[in-house]
Amino acid sequence: MKRDKPRTLGDHLPLIFPAVMLVVFFVVPFGTMIAVSFFRRDPAGFYSVDFVFDNYARFLSAFFGGVLSFSLLLAAAVAVCCVVVGFPFTYFLTCRARRVQVAWLVALLSVLSLSEVIIGFAWSTLLSRTAGISNLLVAVGLLEQPVALVPNFAAVLVGMVYQALPYTILVLYPALARLDNSYLEAALTLGASPLRGFFTVIIPMLRNTIVATLIMVFVFALGAYLLPQILGRPQHWTLSVLITDQAIYQSNMPFAAAMAVFLVLISLAMVGLTLLVGGRREAGA
Amino acid sequence: MTPAWLRRGYMTLVALFLLAPLVVVAGVSLNEKKTLLFPPEGFSLAWYGEIFSDAGWRGALFASVGVAALSAGLAVCIALPLSWFLWRRWAPWAQIFRALGVAPFLLPPVITALGFLSFWATAGFYGAPWTAVVSHAIFFVTLPLVTLSLGFAAIDRALVEAAATMGADDRTVFRTVVVPLILPYLVSGYAFAFVLSLNEYIVAYMTVGFTLETLPIKIFNALRYGYTPTMASVTIFFVVVAAVVFGLIARFGDLPRLLGAWSAEERE
Repeated sequence: MKRDKPRTLGDHLPLIFPAVMLVVFFVVPFGTMIAVSFFRRDPAGFYSVDFVFDNYARFLSAFFGGVLSFSLLLAAAVAVCCVVVGFPFTYFLTCRARRVQVAWLVALLSVLSLSEVIIGFAWSTLLSRTAGISNLLVAVGLLEQPVALVPNFAAVLVGMVYQALPYTILVLYPALARLDNSYLEAALTLGASPLRGFFTVIIPMLRNTIVATLIMVFVFALGAYLLPQILGRPQHWTLSVLITDQAIYQSNMPFAAAMAVFLVLISLAMVGLTLLVGGRREAGA
Repeated sequence: MTPAWLRRGYMTLVALFLLAPLVVVAGVSLNEKKTLLFPPEGFSLAWYGEIFSDAGWRGALFASVGVAALSAGLAVCIALPLSWFLWRRWAPWAQIFRALGVAPFLLPPVITALGFLSFWATAGFYGAPWTAVVSHAIFFVTLPLVTLSLGFAAIDRALVEAAATMGADDRTVFRTVVVPLILPYLVSGYAFAFVLSLNEYIVAYMTVGFTLETLPIKIFNALRYGYTPTMASVTIFFVVVAAVVFGLIARFGDLPRLLGAWSAEERE
């Protein structure tokens, strides 16, 4: 079938509804948010129209610098943990029978679709004094009495790894499922141990995939807005939490919008980096 | 190959990690009294009944299912003509709309949520329940867009050619050739959007948080103002719904292919 250029109005007709919806309800809200970031806060309503840089100037504080560096470090830690745990897992998964793979994919998608509220609730229960794993440790005799393991930094990290791990595995899955196993077989035939084959053949072949996945999980983890609130203390709050807090509880939409614009810029830079890495992979293949 | 015991052992550990919180929550949901003890004291399924008998939880359930069903439908209505157009016509400039459809999914969700909050507040519709439907439809349009693009890419263009040679116009080709071939992708796109909308918190909270209580919002409010085992039973309910929906997609569709892996036949 020849794909011809759309010429008449009728040819363009199917595009009109999707285009209008996406422009009106995505591009315009996005633009509104950027505009609001220059407005002034109005304690009585949402904002008053103005053109000031005050909201951006507030970034230049030690508090904001602390939150920003904590958010970036936390997201980086989550990305590294997820890829370190998820990569071998995904590799083993693609070695299994198709039926097993499908069962796992269903389970991973089910966990991935869970709301952050639910993940936060589930982990706060698992780490709590009354229902948590510390009861198990008491039963085994390792602890005198049950203790609460939340809120603290470790809980935030574990909760966020839990949330991002299925995402990591599903991002890695296509690349590993398409992997040509003959290289590894060649290495094994030539006498390499499986472990050595894994580290010297599989990982170098997929270096760009691993870097791209790290960046994608990093951006995904930057978006966590509830887990730091439910599982951590206020000093564990991230930029996303702060944006929600300013917009809803402090009624300071302009400041929230300015922070969101900043977060967009970080994310876009990261997505651009991913495309660059991906582009190099295409060129190299 | 890596030794089998190592592979199995490692996969079991990951499975335990993913299951542990859900097992505890499932246990908590069976408590007889209004406590969050684990192992549960006594045995009762009353907290599952509470989802439907308590007016607050039932209302939240209906609100969530309503928003999810409508927004997934609207998302498909946006994605279908767009992906058909991109497949049927040669128009590189129109790819910009595909990028717009994927963008909300790649950016941190709080950004899309705040965009909607400032937009609905400026437009004067802040808090109207239908704004949650539109917001979710745009937020999740990526999913049917991706599955439908895969579906269209899988259509053998020779089939369409044959139909056209026999005198079928675009409309007939669409109805008799295209729709039957992409139906599985359409259904899975809808299902993905439906399940994710059901679980979505931040966009719903920022658009209709104070006027319409969806299930995730209700759970969050319960987290702040007093735990009840109903939260646990709702959580298990969510997990089961997601597992059933994705299980059905896997049963009737090609899940590895939908997730980007080659299917068995293509590997040959």
